[in-house]
Amino acid sequence: MKTETQSVEDLARREYRYGFVTDIEADSVPPGLSEEIIRLISGKKREPAFMLEWRLKAFRHWLTMKEPTWANIHHPPIDYQQIVYYSAPKSQTGPKSVEEVDPELLKTYEKLGIPLSERAALAGVAVDAVFDSVSVATTFKEKLRSMGIVFCSFSEAVAEHPDLVERWLGSVVPITDNFFASLNSAVFTDGSFCYVPKGVRCPMELSTYFRINAAKTGQFERTLIVADEGSEVSYLEGCTAPMRDENQLHAAVVELVALAGASIKYSTVQNWYPGDKDGKGGIYNFVTKRGKCAGFRSKISWTQVETGSSITWKYPSCILQGDESVGEFYSVALTNNRQQADTGTKMIHIGKDTRSTIVSKGISAGFGQNTYRGAVKVLPGATNARNYSQCDSMLLGDTCGAHTFPYIDVANPTATVEHEASTSKIGEDQIFYFQSRGLSKEDAVNMIVNGFCKEVFRELPMEFAVEAQKLLGVSLEGSVG
Amino acid sequence: MLKIESLRAAVHGTEILKGIDLSVRAGEVHAIMGPNGSGKSTLAQVLAGRESYEVTGGTVTLDGKDLLGMPPEDRAREGLFLAFQYPVEIPGVTNIYFLKAALNAIRKHRGEPEMDAIDFLAYVRERMKLVEMDESFLNRSVNEGFSGGEKKRNEIFQMAVLDPKLAILDETDSGLDIDALKIVAAGVNAMRAPDRAIVVVTHYQRLLDYIVPDRVHVLADGRIVRSGDRSLALELEKKGYAWLEEGVAG
Repeated sequence: MKTETQSVEDLARREYRYGFVTDIEADSVPPGLSEEIIRLISGKKREPAFMLEWRLKAFRHWLTMKEPTWANIHHPPIDYQQIVYYSAPKSQTGPKSVEEVDPELLKTYEKLGIPLSERAALAGVAVDAVFDSVSVATTFKEKLRSMGIVFCSFSEAVAEHPDLVERWLGSVVPITDNFFASLNSAVFTDGSFCYVPKGVRCPMELSTYFRINAAKTGQFERTLIVADEGSEVSYLEGCTAPMRDENQLHAAVVELVALAGASIKYSTVQNWYPGDKDGKGGIYNFVTKRGKCAGFRSKISWTQVETGSSITWKYPSCILQGDESVGEFYSVALTNNRQQADTGTKMIHIGKDTRSTIVSKGISAGFGQNTYRGAVKVLPGATNARNYSQCDSMLLGDTCGAHTFPYIDVANPTATVEHEASTSKIGEDQIFYFQSRGLSKEDAVNMIVNGFCKEVFRELPMEFAVEAQKLLGVSLEGSVG
Repeated sequence: MLKIESLRAAVHGTEILKGIDLSVRAGEVHAIMGPNGSGKSTLAQVLAGRESYEVTGGTVTLDGKDLLGMPPEDRAREGLFLAFQYPVEIPGVTNIYFLKAALNAIRKHRGEPEMDAIDFLAYVRERMKLVEMDESFLNRSVNEGFSGGEKKRNEIFQMAVLDPKLAILDETDSGLDIDALKIVAAGVNAMRAPDRAIVVVTHYQRLLDYIVPDRVHVLADGRIVRSGDRSLALELEKKGYAWLEEGVAG
């Protein structure tokens, strides 16, 4: 006789599809972290003096900090001196046109479904491809440039737009912000930079595709997006990594700035290698993402689909400084096998009539642990601030866990804050109902989970919504027997 | 079409079905009646392949194919349909999406092309008339927030869409008022066909006033204790199940 628990726990899993390694010669620095290494990285990147100063300041501050322990996650201690902080494909000395990119790299991205040659490039999506520590190609750059939009690798931005970088870098996530953000500030090697000028509506989706390849290497990328007054941009990031037995650290920082009337939509489909079914290997994903709605009626919307990583520690947040500004957070986080996710958002209401919406969907299967952690803060000046939060958890089987930690801190009596939460479980009777209509167990789980996540998928750009649905299907593969 | 021989089944180690023999031919409607706890619903669930019931003996074939060796979804694809006594709610999955996926899974199994959204909508609209359902209902989540009567009607509607060879209706009449009962019965009658068999499981004779069976079987303590034509059901109603049990004992 099979009970519900047995059938749901009867785990098998499909291979992680992106687990291959590209064999390419790399230029790396020795493992470990010191001022010397930082100087070396900065030198390799031929950075201006202000960048090196900034990095060293961050590093010196980092040395005084302790790794945070408040998150609901467990892992062996990370040895920061064993990590390689810089690794670049040797053939790639600086950002080039796509035609000059190493064919081995082009093949890698081809295999990942991200064609980089302009001919084959995804219609309507400009891609910046980051391989280990450097950006290898950016598509549609010229077309965007003709509209005044700057979309390039971070290194290129430092070289060509140092004024913009100096002005905005660290303006939302300062170098002293938190342990991982300070570490990132000290050692970050590349990432994407985007500036959309006043009144320009970006005509295509901008996207960065991150790939970790080298072993024992951390990826520390930095993304900075500035939307000037009245502009609009939609941005998507995707990520994968090879299957390796050791854990790899990914500590990124994303900063968004929306000036008056500007709108930024930032979507993530996170598919780092999650480790095997016993929890061996996988990416430790410690990421700081924050957006500042700096101007009147500005808007920042985060949408994330988190299916990979062995550990996810991530709280994309909005500082609602401008009056009538709007912050949104839509999230699907899935943990299967031994994955752990502690994720959520912070909405900080500073301006008058600011509004925020939080919709979080957590799905746990196997021995996965899924935590929603969110803070809604209304400051004394935020008259008529409004927040609506909805946190739903779904459990598959009874060896996984769902946890919700909402923090609400209201200092203005005119504010309205609503929080709703629910927990549900996919029942054996539901699965049998699907089967009795000719649908398999996996179809059943996919359809139920996709139905559960519908409100979030709706927020994703069309083609990525389809991708996200498929990804959930793959990630849950084998989670019902 | 359906052939059950010496079927035995247990749940949590307790034997519920103690040797069932039943044969249903294409075109026929059979009623299975019996008191509470006699094993009627167990029989329906075992035929559909519910894993929590353990088959301990016997054979079941559908058009000559061994049913017991198939997972539930294959039984459905081979043409078996179970209308549930307590249809479960599926939040977030709309009726139309659910039905289209189900129909296409069955069509694929039969080697037929999948139906596209436009053809499917036209087909579904036509089938909805059988159970007098409103179109708005298609975009609601499966059974979510449905009244008891709506759930039962939905089961018959699904049957009409999936067009099974063998339909098993488990207490489809329970919880229905007389108007709903008439609608459901009309839907079932419209589905009667020479190439389809229907097995109606019910506690009460009332449903059989509207869905007139060819054969009636009485189940008691896990066995079919009596079979007959429609008059058996009427006799049961008059005398109650106690009469039968006495009959068995004697």
